[in-house]
Amino acid sequence: MQLGPRRRNPGLIRMGILCTALLVASCQQTGILDPRGPIASAERLLMVNSTAIMLVVVVPVIVATLGFAWWYRSSNPRASRSWDQSYEGRLEFVLWSIPVLIVILLGGVIWIGSHELDPRTPISGKGDPVKIDVVALDWKWLFIYPDQGVAAVNEMVIPAGKPIRLQITSATVMNSFFVPQLGGQVYAMGGMTTQLNLLSDQPGDYAGFSANFSGDGFSDMRFVARAVPPGDFDAWVARARGTGPALDDASYAALAKPSKAVPPSTYRTVAPDMFQHIIERTLSGADEPGSSHQHGG
Amino acid sequence: MLGRLTWSAIPFNEPLPLVSAIVVVLVILAVLGFITVKGWWPYLWNEWITSVDHKRIGVMYMTLGLVMLLRGFADAIMMRTQQAIAIGDAQGYLPPDHYNQIFSAHGTIMIFFVAMPLVIGLMNFVVPLQLGVRDVAFPTLNSVSFWLTCTGALLVNMSLVIGNFARTSWWNYPPLSELAFSPDVGVDYYLWSLQISGIGTLLTGVNFVTTILKLRAPGMTYFRMPVFCWTSLAVNMMIVAVFPILTATFVMLLLDRYLGMHFFTNDGGGNPMMYVNLFWAWGHPEVYILILPAFGIFSEVVATFSGKGLFSYRSMVLATLGICVLSLMVWLHHFFTMGAGANVNAIFGIMSSIIAVPTGVKVFNWLFTMYRGRVVFTTPILFTVGFMVTFVIGGLTGVLLAVPPVDFVLHNSAFLVAHFHNVIIGGVLFGVLAGYNYWFPKVFGFTLDERLGKASFWCWLVGFYLAFTPLYVLGLMGMTRRLQHIADPSWRPLLLVAELGAVVILVGILCQIAQLYVSIRTRDQRRDLTGDPWNGRTLEWSTASPPPPYNFAALPKIETIDAFWQMKHAGQVPAEPPREAIEMPRNSPIGIVTAFFATITGFALIWHIWWMVLVGLIAAAIAVLAFGWIDDREREISPAEIAQFERARSGQRRST
Repeated sequence: MQLGPRRRNPGLIRMGILCTALLVASCQQTGILDPRGPIASAERLLMVNSTAIMLVVVVPVIVATLGFAWWYRSSNPRASRSWDQSYEGRLEFVLWSIPVLIVILLGGVIWIGSHELDPRTPISGKGDPVKIDVVALDWKWLFIYPDQGVAAVNEMVIPAGKPIRLQITSATVMNSFFVPQLGGQVYAMGGMTTQLNLLSDQPGDYAGFSANFSGDGFSDMRFVARAVPPGDFDAWVARARGTGPALDDASYAALAKPSKAVPPSTYRTVAPDMFQHIIERTLSGADEPGSSHQHGG
Repeated sequence: MLGRLTWSAIPFNEPLPLVSAIVVVLVILAVLGFITVKGWWPYLWNEWITSVDHKRIGVMYMTLGLVMLLRGFADAIMMRTQQAIAIGDAQGYLPPDHYNQIFSAHGTIMIFFVAMPLVIGLMNFVVPLQLGVRDVAFPTLNSVSFWLTCTGALLVNMSLVIGNFARTSWWNYPPLSELAFSPDVGVDYYLWSLQISGIGTLLTGVNFVTTILKLRAPGMTYFRMPVFCWTSLAVNMMIVAVFPILTATFVMLLLDRYLGMHFFTNDGGGNPMMYVNLFWAWGHPEVYILILPAFGIFSEVVATFSGKGLFSYRSMVLATLGICVLSLMVWLHHFFTMGAGANVNAIFGIMSSIIAVPTGVKVFNWLFTMYRGRVVFTTPILFTVGFMVTFVIGGLTGVLLAVPPVDFVLHNSAFLVAHFHNVIIGGVLFGVLAGYNYWFPKVFGFTLDERLGKASFWCWLVGFYLAFTPLYVLGLMGMTRRLQHIADPSWRPLLLVAELGAVVILVGILCQIAQLYVSIRTRDQRRDLTGDPWNGRTLEWSTASPPPPYNFAALPKIETIDAFWQMKHAGQVPAEPPREAIEMPRNSPIGIVTAFFATITGFALIWHIWWMVLVGLIAAAIAVLAFGWIDDREREISPAEIAQFERARSGQRRST
């Protein structure tokens, strides 16, 4: 039953490292590895730092595991053995201390990071924020610009370089609002409001989507976060004011019906306090499938 | 008459579910027919189905888990295939309606009907033997637990043929799982199957806590118990603490669905986030309920195959209990993104990363057990080394997810999917497979084929990395989980690699089936006549393989940890068989009878067939009460029988 070590073992590991390197190389320039704003950048930095702190222990443990298993294999005549050295107080102390120290360090990182990157904290020093009220629907996103009096579906146009203040709710099941290149996600929950502050450093189209499973149309619940130069943002608002229907009770009820892969569109006006009104409608169950106001499935 | 059940419940117009349903039904009928033709029913009924022997029940749990593993894996490979082809404009071969059922069933089955039966099965077989006792505290209850778990598994699989399963993921979060958004029977299948099997699990918890606290061989103090018993104690205390939370949460959701209440609805003053909190108050400890037994298995395996006592036993015990307590205090890290304040997130983040301390100590202890040991490379130790390397990576990504701002970008992503498969495959499953290879000779009296065992290990290991490294990367690229089709064509290469990984794992599973088949065919050459094929350290190796129904003719006297090792080294001879008879519990059909009526009740509840609910409940109640009136519950094994068995065993040993 005594079998020697496997020569292919280290080879496999080398291959694994190579594959990993290839995989990492293949994934640049997208997602959370390619942040386009201060929040996303800070979150990526925190991820890299935390990984580095942990690798200090993880790499030696992996090397030692493979090393010990290989060197102390039963067929190695050169390895020194001991039968029962099952307890050693000082070593035990060291072994508890290593993870404790790492976790103390990491605990500090977690505490500071959680406070600095609280999604509710406004982004300071960049001027007045643009307010957007976000509503998750089955299965599309509604963006209401209360100060501009316009609204858009499945396209969130924002001025680059200006802080964005999002208020997020859901008029249906739980979703999660997420634009990976701009910053972390936050849940969209029925009858509740969450807040998120984002900023895009430069113009560009960034993929946004729901990151919490919400039913049949979930895979298509995508939108574009389009960061444009501030001048273009004003032009977009003007254009939106000139075209499209008005967002009122009737058109909202039509929009709230389940639909999939909805192309982007805009609303030229928005009824006052629409966002609050939507929250109240959700709390009353008015837009739920099967309720008396709606027949959809 | 039949509630909501009509012919439309059978998927006649959907070829894929219909064909798979027909195949499953045919396979079941073929197996049943084969058993009937062979005339095995009396044997199965008397020796297995009605058995209250913890060893038999353990084997049946393992069988259930392994069969359900095939079902869960079939779901997995269907999902991987769907995601590998439904890219860009392509919609793949699974419409959302079907795909959503598959990933929901995959998660539900893998957690509740694969991982749980596998770890509970190993505990059932091993714990009483390691404690040096003859059975668990409540042997008949143990049988009831097992058969109720089977009821749950049966109901989940029934949804394949009759009606449909939930399309709400294995979390089943409201309001998606509320009647307004999920009006069909899928969610009810989910809820009732887990309610019924949950009762079984809770009873197992009560049974094992009692067994470990109250039934131990003379001299087996707490600090002489093998580590696997310690982890089992921790796990079963957690089961008793948290499974009632799950049951109560599901009761509330059932009240919403059946009686129009508003615990978790958007309207009527309900709060869906209450469900999310309660679900994870059970769900996070559940993760440790699965991993701690695996830690126990690795502790046994690494000590045995290093020929050396476990390094720092007391640290191991302390770390186990530490994890047990800490795991109850971290549930919020499953939803940092709900927008709680920075203080709340930071506290839960720090608590979560603190779990890395006892876990890290455990890894160090396994490491230093190998240090200056004599490591014999058998299949179980390969799984152990593979686990240690893989698990620290899973630990790293886990702690990363415990940093709230990092979780904001990785939550619900493919990275998260890769993380928990990393710890569940690399931890729980590797542990169970190590334990399966390690204890198999004890269970059946012959060893498993090493060559195929090692082949399966390498396939599992390589397959795991191929399948889940791409998901880590895709998560970083912004891929979220549970996508029925994928918009970004640049993800295709990585998804194809992941698909390849699933195929390699399939080869690993086939190697395992081949290993079992070959080992059974060649069992006469691989008999373990000593009862101690690995030069073991704990009491289960001191008795015969397979152990007699009474486990130990005379209960061993325990003086140290690693009791059997010390006995061997002290040259101690086993105690003389007793002169009086041993009383063992009689077999009882109460387990399967209760489960039969529970199945009827569950099915009737799912389909709103109220008269049948009543019939099922009353019949189950009568069965349980009738069992209470039976006085003659024990049978005696006479000294002559014991002596005969022991003589046969020592005769075998001499002849080798």
